[in-house]
Amino acid sequence: MLVLLVLGGYFITTSEQAAQEVKEKEDAGEEVRPVGLARFPFQLGLDLQGGAQLIYEADMTGITDPQEQRRRMNSLRSLIEQRVDGMGVSEPLVQVERGGLAGGGEHRLIVELPGVTDLEEAVETIGKTPLLEFALIDQDQAEEITPENELEVNDEESVDIEEKAEEPEEETEEGVMDDIFQRTELDGSMVAGARYEMNPTTREHMVIVEFDREGTRIFREITQQHQGEPLAILLDGVPISQPVIREVIRGGEATISGGFTMQQARDLAEDLEMGALPVNIELMSTETIGPTLGQDVLEGGVLAGVVGLMLVAVFLLLWYRLPGLLAIAALGLYLVIMLSLFKLLPVTLTAAGIAGFILSIGMAVDANVLIYERMKEELRNGKPLREAIADGFSRAWLSIRDGNVSSMITAIILYWFGTSLVQGFALVFFVGILVSMLTAISVTRTFLLACTAEHEARVLRVLFNSGLSKAAPIKDN
Amino acid sequence: MFVVKFRKIFLGLSAFLALASLVLIGVLGLNWGIEFTGGTMLEVAYQEGQVPEQEKIEQQAKGVYPERSFTIQQAGEYSYIIRTSELEEEEFGTLVQALSFDGYEAEEKRSSSIGPSMGEELRNKALVAIVVVIAAIILYIAYVFRQVSYPVSSWKYGVTAIVALVHDILIPVGLFAVLGYWLGAEIDVLFVTALLAILGFSVNDTIVVFDRLRENLRNNEENETEEPFEETVGRSLKQTYTRSINTSLTTLFVLGALYLIGGSVTQYFALVLITGVVAGTYSSIFLASPIIVELEEKQRLKTAAGK
Repeated sequence: MLVLLVLGGYFITTSEQAAQEVKEKEDAGEEVRPVGLARFPFQLGLDLQGGAQLIYEADMTGITDPQEQRRRMNSLRSLIEQRVDGMGVSEPLVQVERGGLAGGGEHRLIVELPGVTDLEEAVETIGKTPLLEFALIDQDQAEEITPENELEVNDEESVDIEEKAEEPEEETEEGVMDDIFQRTELDGSMVAGARYEMNPTTREHMVIVEFDREGTRIFREITQQHQGEPLAILLDGVPISQPVIREVIRGGEATISGGFTMQQARDLAEDLEMGALPVNIELMSTETIGPTLGQDVLEGGVLAGVVGLMLVAVFLLLWYRLPGLLAIAALGLYLVIMLSLFKLLPVTLTAAGIAGFILSIGMAVDANVLIYERMKEELRNGKPLREAIADGFSRAWLSIRDGNVSSMITAIILYWFGTSLVQGFALVFFVGILVSMLTAISVTRTFLLACTAEHEARVLRVLFNSGLSKAAPIKDN
Repeated sequence: MFVVKFRKIFLGLSAFLALASLVLIGVLGLNWGIEFTGGTMLEVAYQEGQVPEQEKIEQQAKGVYPERSFTIQQAGEYSYIIRTSELEEEEFGTLVQALSFDGYEAEEKRSSSIGPSMGEELRNKALVAIVVVIAAIILYIAYVFRQVSYPVSSWKYGVTAIVALVHDILIPVGLFAVLGYWLGAEIDVLFVTALLAILGFSVNDTIVVFDRLRENLRNNEENETEEPFEETVGRSLKQTYTRSINTSLTTLFVLGALYLIGGSVTQYFALVLITGVVAGTYSSIFLASPIIVELEEKQRLKTAAGK
């Protein structure tokens, strides 16, 4: 037990130090990949580190198939994720809200931007309609960037375009890009659909793009005039693919293939499909928290936790004497396990979560209190110390179980129903109950038995008694 | 045990407090936060020694949006919290700018803006959560105490625990009706979370007492001891109240620390919990057990009349 306590404490402090160092380097502008223990920092919620949270609701009127709804939400999410990544925010979070038992919520998108306080700018960047464009490439300059485009003939009938897979990121400056790309009339609004397919014979991953009527016409003209030239597909100005036009395409369906991994092909199909937003979104709520406020809350919470803990420790020691000391050790173990879990799982800490944790410190001793009170009672009834401990323990167990199970039911329901804020609290509360029960029981049991295995002296009885009661003499049976 | 003997007095006190809370809630109403009503909240901080008066802030706000109504409230020494109906992002920016004036510099500390439909959804969610928690607890207690149906049917333990729960929730809500009316304390998501935590705490407390009662009843049966139900309840209470009080004390220690030094965000949260824990401890000792005694008495009189 002691080993566990020390190990856990060591893990928490060193990993926090390592994480701090990484953070300092990052702040200094260095690219650092956290390794070793630094991979486990405390995850602070937005309300503790400051930042902005935006919640969007997708308009799903007319889309009833739940699978289709989910698909659209996912494409929306990855699209917005791209946009947010472009903002240069560290560790942004974009997630589809999970619907609770009470229903609703599954068509929401939550965007969290740590450190961002300019709401207007954030809303603008995220909310603008994504732009899908098709552009011809200025041959002279393009040679320098994409010298590897190849023309290959494929037997498959529908395959009209071949491309060498490109990394989506171009390291060219924006201005140069504008010179290279000559935008065509064709854009995302003319894409009727795009899908991923696998060529059954070559087992190549491909993306099939379909245009609408106008798109088909424009696409035909472009392919007529620019045979043999590359045609770039740009999303928000960033080229995501640069296939070469091999022949005139009249049917309004183009196949892009060559060198994709399945994931790349799927992503591209999704990007193309999203040329128009998969669903209309509306901003439902926004929240910003200044960095100083979050800092205050965090410091206050930690301080309150430490002071509360000390008060509890003093009380336990005064009231329960030796077992009180054991209870403090159990509480220490509880703290270490909880903090390690916060780091390992990881649990995102919010103001509510910290409050829940502090509350759990007070309640964690409950199991100990129950056992000790029962033990004292057995002692008063004149049982020998060892028997009193064993009986006190086994009789208190039912109460501990029933009480904690009901608290856990509450925590589970809270988690199901709650918004992210409440979920943070519920998770900490639930884990706290479970861990406190385990530590209190196992630690108490082991320690007590170890303490009393050898001898039974009157001194020990005094130490085990508590509060205002006097040690009862041992009755002879 | 004096608690059982003078149970009418303790029951009366509980009933009075619960009723008073109900009346306060009814008369004063509850100060719902924008999380439940929808709207925009903004907290701005000014520099030390350069904090404008509340009226001036209201004038500035009204100056930009004359048709809106604003609730302005001082928070701490240098900060103000401003609430109004939902603002668009641009409107919001304009308002923040308007709050820096005449050399006063406003710094945005936090803000939140919530659409009305979302508020309504949250309100429903909170309500459903509370109801489901209560239902789940009745079921659990009835299940755990299923073997103890003599002399009181097991579901009555569940119902009694719920009466205690409702009592424990009504009192903090009543307190908040008062605080909301005079100090502008708001019912927000944290408040609801605190209420649900109280539910867990309170039922835990009550269960421990009932658990002891169950054990004593079983022992009496085994040893064929004749003991009036009243006395068994009294004995069980006597055996458990130290534990109830001690656990509450340790919980109150940490909550007190959270309230006094934990910062403004979780201050009211801590206060709700403190009230709830006190009410919960009271109810597990002075309310739940007396009710069980009363219920048993009724049942006994009824069977006696039936014979």
